[in-house]
Amino acid sequence: MFSRTIFGVLAGAAALAVAAGGAVAQPKDKVKVGFIYVGPVGDHGWSYQHDQGRLAIEKAFGDKVETTYVESVPEADSERAIEQLARTGHDLIFTTSFGFMEPTLKVAKKYPNVKFEHATGFKRAPNLSTYAAKFHEGRYIIGQIAGKMTKTGTIGYVGAFPIPEVIAGINSYFLGAQSVNPNVKLKVVWANTWYDPAKEGDAAKALLDQGVDVLAQHTDSPAPIQAAEARGKVGFGQASDMERFAPKAQLTAIVDNWSDYYVARTKAVLDGTWKSEDTWGGLASNMVVMTPYKNMPDDVKKMAQETEAAIRSGQLNPFKCPVYGQDGKEIECKGNGALSDEQVLGMNFYVKGIEDKIPQ
Amino acid sequence: MRFELTPRANVSPVARALAPVAAFITSFLIAGLVIWLMGRSPIAAFEVYVTQPLTDPWSLQELIVKATPLALIAIGLSYCFRANLWNIGAEGQYVMGAIFGSWLALATHGTEAGFWVLPAMLCLGIIGGALYGLIPAFLKTRFGVNEILTSLMLVYVAQLILDYLARGPWRDPKGFNFPQSVTFDPAATLPPILETGRVHYGALFALTAILVTAIILGRTLFGYRLKLTGDAPRAAQFAGFSARSTTLAVFAISGGLAGLAGIVEVSGQIGQIQPSISPGYGFTAITVAFLGRLNPIGILVAALVVALTFIGGESAQILLRLPLDLTQAFQGILLLCVLAADALVSYRVRFVTRGGGK
Amino acid sequence: MTTFEAILLTIVTASTPLLIAAMGELVAERSGVLNLGVEGMMAMGAACSFAAAVTFDSTLLGVFTGILAGALMASLFALVVLGFAANQVGSGLALTIFGLGLSGLIGAPFVGARRDPVAPIEVPGLSDLPYFGRLFFGQDLFVYASIALTIVVALYLVRTRSGLRLRSVGENHGSAHALGLPVRRIRFLAIIFGGACAGLAGAYLALVYTRFWSPGMIAGRGWIALALVVFAAWRPAWVLVGAYIFGAATVLQLHAQAAQFGVPSQLLSAVPYLATILALLLLSLRHGRAIGAPGSLGAPFVPDR
Repeated sequence: MFSRTIFGVLAGAAALAVAAGGAVAQPKDKVKVGFIYVGPVGDHGWSYQHDQGRLAIEKAFGDKVETTYVESVPEADSERAIEQLARTGHDLIFTTSFGFMEPTLKVAKKYPNVKFEHATGFKRAPNLSTYAAKFHEGRYIIGQIAGKMTKTGTIGYVGAFPIPEVIAGINSYFLGAQSVNPNVKLKVVWANTWYDPAKEGDAAKALLDQGVDVLAQHTDSPAPIQAAEARGKVGFGQASDMERFAPKAQLTAIVDNWSDYYVARTKAVLDGTWKSEDTWGGLASNMVVMTPYKNMPDDVKKMAQETEAAIRSGQLNPFKCPVYGQDGKEIECKGNGALSDEQVLGMNFYVKGIEDKIPQ
Repeated sequence: MRFELTPRANVSPVARALAPVAAFITSFLIAGLVIWLMGRSPIAAFEVYVTQPLTDPWSLQELIVKATPLALIAIGLSYCFRANLWNIGAEGQYVMGAIFGSWLALATHGTEAGFWVLPAMLCLGIIGGALYGLIPAFLKTRFGVNEILTSLMLVYVAQLILDYLARGPWRDPKGFNFPQSVTFDPAATLPPILETGRVHYGALFALTAILVTAIILGRTLFGYRLKLTGDAPRAAQFAGFSARSTTLAVFAISGGLAGLAGIVEVSGQIGQIQPSISPGYGFTAITVAFLGRLNPIGILVAALVVALTFIGGESAQILLRLPLDLTQAFQGILLLCVLAADALVSYRVRFVTRGGGK
Repeated sequence: MTTFEAILLTIVTASTPLLIAAMGELVAERSGVLNLGVEGMMAMGAACSFAAAVTFDSTLLGVFTGILAGALMASLFALVVLGFAANQVGSGLALTIFGLGLSGLIGAPFVGARRDPVAPIEVPGLSDLPYFGRLFFGQDLFVYASIALTIVVALYLVRTRSGLRLRSVGENHGSAHALGLPVRRIRFLAIIFGGACAGLAGAYLALVYTRFWSPGMIAGRGWIALALVVFAAWRPAWVLVGAYIFGAATVLQLHAQAAQFGVPSQLLSAVPYLATILALLLLSLRHGRAIGAPGSLGAPFVPDR
């Protein structure tokens, strides 16, 4: 079903590239770092968090770096903006949305001396790395909290689009909930947008109206958790800490923390040690950070902390085998005691117990 | 205080030609003031926005790439607008053209299908856009439903259909379930005009459409008929021109050209189907059509100007850290100034400070 | 609160901004002016109202600022289309582009700020009536204002002399001018009213609906408002109906998903738009071609021609 060969070929290409590229890399005194954002920096979600990472670079290196960004770049018309950064002397360019994959690849081929980093994609080149975060690790923890906290036995999820990353998040959330509450039910609503606060809020209200009392979201605005707060229900922040929008409702938030990675990659360019790599960081590498657990009983808090520690140390994998599909059949276990990375990255099935269907 | 407008008896062609220039200068002055108030140098901004893109071969090329779909769609819209028909759904027709054309690209993917694929795709794109444009036209002529509403609503519907296709049936089975199709075969890819460049043959299509339109509007009965339908619908009726067939014709033309722009962008630029294939070209093209005063040559210039503001806006973000919103506000001011300047050429405006209304 | 009640309440919230903005546009269009700048005016209303509400910590002040911002935007439009007799469609689009850009500049410093919910007005006893209690007696002030607005506009257009004058200006500005009506002054006021309403609708989105500001938060609602005016065939009562149908379709498709019907979500998302087209079609079929726009809609007016 999934093509391991693509991964294999790309990995091979990357390895060759590293061998070739390593020779020419030299330390630099000053680095120019450019960012391409898919949304406005003020979205307080996805692009905002990437911009926090950019600011972290400025803070870490001061005069030795210069950073720039281009915001609200439409995915269908991004090649020019990326090339514009490449030809204005940027040494390292981060393109921060899946839709920038092909354009980044094209520009990377044209500018072999510029380093590129593409978020959430799977195509690499000698001067093009990829990086993504294992948000599903955090979602397993919030799933467990949800399973414990729900009184109605029904938990909810506002999804943006049915892409693998979101599906994996939903499955992990549900597996977490199921692990502590075997009879729990899950309702999913697709907003069909990453960012329309009013519509996301309506989606959340629809779930709350249908008996959901713990709400998770994979859209970018604070509107869903704010809706939960207004109804006296609880939920989880997404992308950034949303506590100020829902001080009573936010149990914890899964924060996208790109800062450490961006600082490390910039340092690598400064030191001349940058290589084309594929990074998939989670709780252990601080790319995914949980905000303090609040508004919950102490035993739930303790459980959440223990689970977080277990995932961090590698003892626990949310997709540990056996994993069952919706039809009850066991999913072939291609990884080491858990689903393989490719299986998670390309996930397009719901696990057993979710009664909804994935929109196709 | 109020304004008095008196039509000018003779409008000199020189004044008409200079009006947009004056509008440009005015809007640059306003923008310069805003930038100065933000504590930046207006002169540096002008450099980055205008001088640099216009003197650098790379950005000149990008200018053409960006202007191509805008010009194609806007020239089509000018047919509608001249006849006082408000097709604001070009974005949907663009998407539908891309869907129709891409269907063939995906159906022939990996086969030995030859050179005919690309021309057939382009034709399908035109057909798809035209058919989709005919829906509001038909609803208007047959049932009297207002075209503004239906054409706009159909934009959202087309986008959702594309979204469904990209995430569902047309998804690349080897793409890790990400919402995008396979990349098109070379036989289904619109090649660049120069081997190394990004300017593809779509630019020639746009030029052709502009020239043909100039001839049609200036030299043919159909052009006269459009003008008459727009300016004096009654007279057009007396002259025996059916409003119904005019409506259908202009919607088919503008839909077809928008559809062509759609498939050109997908096969020439993007190279695959994905949930989003347009940064709002269909809507921006309405601005272009007006900025160009519905005149074919004007539209060509306007498309390049609007493309310049986009490219200049990106440079300004990179080099000067000026926010994107500033660029957008500037585009609005520019269009308002051009429209106002146009009116000032046709009318003499006097301020009357006493007396109020009649 | 039962599910039924809760759904009704959500529908009301989703419909109110559409209703307010569309009602303002309706008045402008009845005077013969097509202002496609609603989206831009709403964006400005949202950004300015939120900025003022946060700065002065006053929702009321925020609302007034939002209304003022919408009206100011509209006066710019009025200057161009009335003062200079420029093309209305083009000018309206320009206003939208300008408003979206400027609102981004104004709102940028306020990203991340939030406002507390606006308390609904409760009537002891009545609010707790089953099914419709909350619907009629538990809404925030904006909802009642939007209903009042509908009634006032409807009465104004049909029952008052001034309303008659406004309609005749929109129907045929040539004859209205010949009769001595101040065409441009009437239109100016109508445009300002439309802008004020759009500003109020934007303020509602920012202060009540989401209670925070972010770029692009209007998300096409201004265009929907424009469509609703056409859908309603320029009649206030039908604007109300249309706004609520659209709001209901938006909310119910989300409920249909939560209820797990297994229909593609894209199809459900398209339902509000398809429903609007269908409703419009049925309306035209029933009324024949009688439903028409105001005669002078969109045409520039130059006196003493």
